[in-house]
Amino acid sequence: MKKLLKIFLIFFKIGAFTFGGGYAMLPIIKRELVDNLGWITEKDIYDYYAIGQSTPGIIAVNTATMTGYSLRGVKGALAATSGFIMPSLIIITLIASYFKRFQQIVLFQHAFAAIQIAVVALIIDIVIKMWQKSDKTKISLLIFLTAFLLLVVFDLSPVFVILGSAVTGILTQYFRGNLKAAYLNYQNENQECDK
Amino acid sequence: MIYLTLFLEFFKVGLFALGGGLAALPFLQDLIVKYGWMTAEELLNMIAISESTPGAIGINTATFIGYNTAGIAGGIIATTGLAAPSIIIITIIAHYFREFNQHPLVESAFSGIRPAVAGLIASAAFELARGGIFNLEQLQLNNNLLQFFDYKSLLLLVIIFAAIRKYKKHPIIYIISVALIGIIFKF
Repeated sequence: MKKLLKIFLIFFKIGAFTFGGGYAMLPIIKRELVDNLGWITEKDIYDYYAIGQSTPGIIAVNTATMTGYSLRGVKGALAATSGFIMPSLIIITLIASYFKRFQQIVLFQHAFAAIQIAVVALIIDIVIKMWQKSDKTKISLLIFLTAFLLLVVFDLSPVFVILGSAVTGILTQYFRGNLKAAYLNYQNENQECDK
Repeated sequence: MIYLTLFLEFFKVGLFALGGGLAALPFLQDLIVKYGWMTAEELLNMIAISESTPGAIGINTATFIGYNTAGIAGGIIATTGLAAPSIIIITIIAHYFREFNQHPLVESAFSGIRPAVAGLIASAAFELARGGIFNLEQLQLNNNLLQFFDYKSLLLLVIIFAAIRKYKKHPIIYIISVALIGIIFKF
């Protein structure tokens, strides 16, 4: 119960400080769950985010659900998602009922313009850390650059980028001969588990 | 039964919107026309507010439309409807992911996906910087490299980035301090 409440509160915090798309929540998730609590690894977050990107629904909600589930099953998923949604519900309801002219409040405009710049800096920091923790192969660099160009220049949907990179990953491991070895290894381990 | 309609319609949006909040916008536009919940201009205003307040854009917009249509309960119901498909689908996927993430095929697929996700996140930063920090259109218009960057924003980016790398504080600290800087220096 204590863990569920903690999951709820952490995602409440994340929801309250995520400005922008699902990517904007990553620096805070990493800080809270990886650096401070050590509940998941950095690699896990990016896997969950990739899954969140390539399934239907709001990416941030998908990522929250996926992370919550990995922490505490279905209850964890519900705690994380409701925590993430709660600040939106409160803030937007307040704005809708009291500040009909919210946008005209110049203070918020200035604050938001600057926050966007901070988010850019936080994201660049995250990308550098992802690279430092990766296998640093030429193929990885190639996939990174191709994905970036396809998204920025050709405006391709992220779903196709993720599917394409998954196929590239499988083919790379196959041609390196890693796949077969890993498969035999996997089967052996499973058999041992069955015994 | 406005509550049921809200729930079902937003459930559909959550089910079919692939790619986050902005992908949900065309669906929301259809909805609003269909039921006459608000004008297109009101929707645009609402989206602008949803983008500049904390939380996912899709969730914010759902809360807005729900509240405007049927009060506080409407806001909660629309938002729950939007999130419900995610919760159901992702819970199923998470269950199998836990079981199969050691499988060599899944492992090798993710060895390719991870660098692509880095590219995805980098492109998000690029899109955010476009317009705010540098301006391609201005460059094409005037062919003047001096107008390519917004220097005030660029300076802030460099300072914040250096602070992030040096002090490694909680991201929320940077967001709050930068919001204050934005207000003081009128960004």
